[in-house]
Amino acid sequence: MEANPRSTGRLPAAFLTPGSSSFLDFLAAHSPEMLPGGRKLPEGVVEAPHGTTIVAATFPGGVVLAGDRRATMGNMIAQRDIEKVFPADEFSAVGIAGTAGLAVEMVKLFQLELEHFEKVEGATLSLEGKANRLSTMIRGNLGMAMQGLAVVPLFAGWDEGKEKGRIFSYDVTGGRSEEHGFAATGSGSIFARGSMKKLYRADLTEQQATTLVVQALYDAADDDSATGGPDMARRIFPIVTVITEEGFRRLSEDESSGLARSVTERRLEQPDGPRAALL
Amino acid sequence: MSTPFYVSPQQAMADRAEYARKGIARGRSLVVLQYTDGIVFVGENPSRALHKFSEIYDRIGFAAAGKYNEYENLRIGGVRYADLRGYTYDRDDVTARGLANVYAQTLGTIFSSAGEKPYEVELVVAEVGAEPEGDQIYRLPHDGSIVDEHGSVAVGGNAEQISSFLDQRHRDGMSLAEALKLAVQALSRDTNGTEREIPAERLEVAVLDRTRPQKRKFKRIVGRQLSRLMQADNAAVTKTDEPSDEAPEE
Repeated sequence: MEANPRSTGRLPAAFLTPGSSSFLDFLAAHSPEMLPGGRKLPEGVVEAPHGTTIVAATFPGGVVLAGDRRATMGNMIAQRDIEKVFPADEFSAVGIAGTAGLAVEMVKLFQLELEHFEKVEGATLSLEGKANRLSTMIRGNLGMAMQGLAVVPLFAGWDEGKEKGRIFSYDVTGGRSEEHGFAATGSGSIFARGSMKKLYRADLTEQQATTLVVQALYDAADDDSATGGPDMARRIFPIVTVITEEGFRRLSEDESSGLARSVTERRLEQPDGPRAALL
Repeated sequence: MSTPFYVSPQQAMADRAEYARKGIARGRSLVVLQYTDGIVFVGENPSRALHKFSEIYDRIGFAAAGKYNEYENLRIGGVRYADLRGYTYDRDDVTARGLANVYAQTLGTIFSSAGEKPYEVELVVAEVGAEPEGDQIYRLPHDGSIVDEHGSVAVGGNAEQISSFLDQRHRDGMSLAEALKLAVQALSRDTNGTEREIPAERLEVAVLDRTRPQKRKFKRIVGRQLSRLMQADNAAVTKTDEPSDEAPEE
């Protein structure tokens, strides 16, 4: 009557161990080889497609997170229509610059981590809690970052307790800092940040905030060869997402193409974009 | 060294089954019914925090009667199994059939291993399909068998009586309000045939709603939505998913 647990097909002990609500912890205990940080790395630098610019801005009532669509490998455009902004759960989103393959895997794990917690606990994590989990995941990737496979996200979400949109930025070591107003990450971030610095105001409407991030992405694409601008011929436009009290929403293709078109049209008259007052 | 008493294997299994059945019968019953837009879970549960029903994956729900710590353990195991499988392959590759199999193996091994006490639980694993024909409901008794159910199923204390009551009255294409009404009627019948009132606050209700636009079809029905559904005339209610998507914890 004694059964061998390995041969019966029953759930292994790790599945039935109470205590942890984290999918990452479970994966680390049960099959560590599936974690991105748990793999042995070969020597040398690997060349892989890199995603580029992500921008975010808050407005009263929410936060917008947007990204361009280009992935580059050295001087080559690896992909024109890559998607780098994803919903993390119902009230938050994550946009990732850096090694595209790893970034997509990390987002998948992060989404699962939040969903897993929600199902096991019957309650959602706080926004700070979500931001901290992401921090841990990036820290686990440090070994790969040293070999040129860095992943640097921007995390934005609606804080139900504080009733406002918040943005968190990260560095390769997992260091997390809250950004007030606006933030950018990736190769074009310097130009995007400069653009938003001149255009951002604290009292933007949702419509204005989405225009702001598209302007910033246009400026980044203008000066950074690795960032893609709106591609009218192929109908490839930036991905723009909005998170409010109502939850996560990705702008439809019609909405984002409308935004990109109106920005581009204005730039035909004023190539450098809107001008801020001198004093 | 003293010789242990001889107990025949038949007797040993019968004792274990009796033990598990008694444990399950102490708990309150719950029912799972198909309705036109999905599958509804209804049970009497005075606790707001300790759920009998929960979400396992996109289209898969879980219901359990019996000992809380044991089925909670199995529930978390199921969530881990489903999430790992969905991560390894794809979200579409997580099925109720696979999960029911793993549960059956687990319960069966525990039941027949002399070193462990049998679990005093009876589970239901349900998956909502894109069409009513695609709905699947599996009942998993304490001993590791699987019963493929159609239409309605009851587990827990008074299960047999409730099942036969439901079998006579359940039909395909019921609205959510009708199914809910039938479920409450079935649950409020006592062993001796008398009826008692179960107020809405003591009910735990959840649905797997195929019309939900989100990937995750599981939703708890609480508060105002529940009382509205319970008061609704059978004819008046046809739309199930109200736009007010209330948070599970309220």
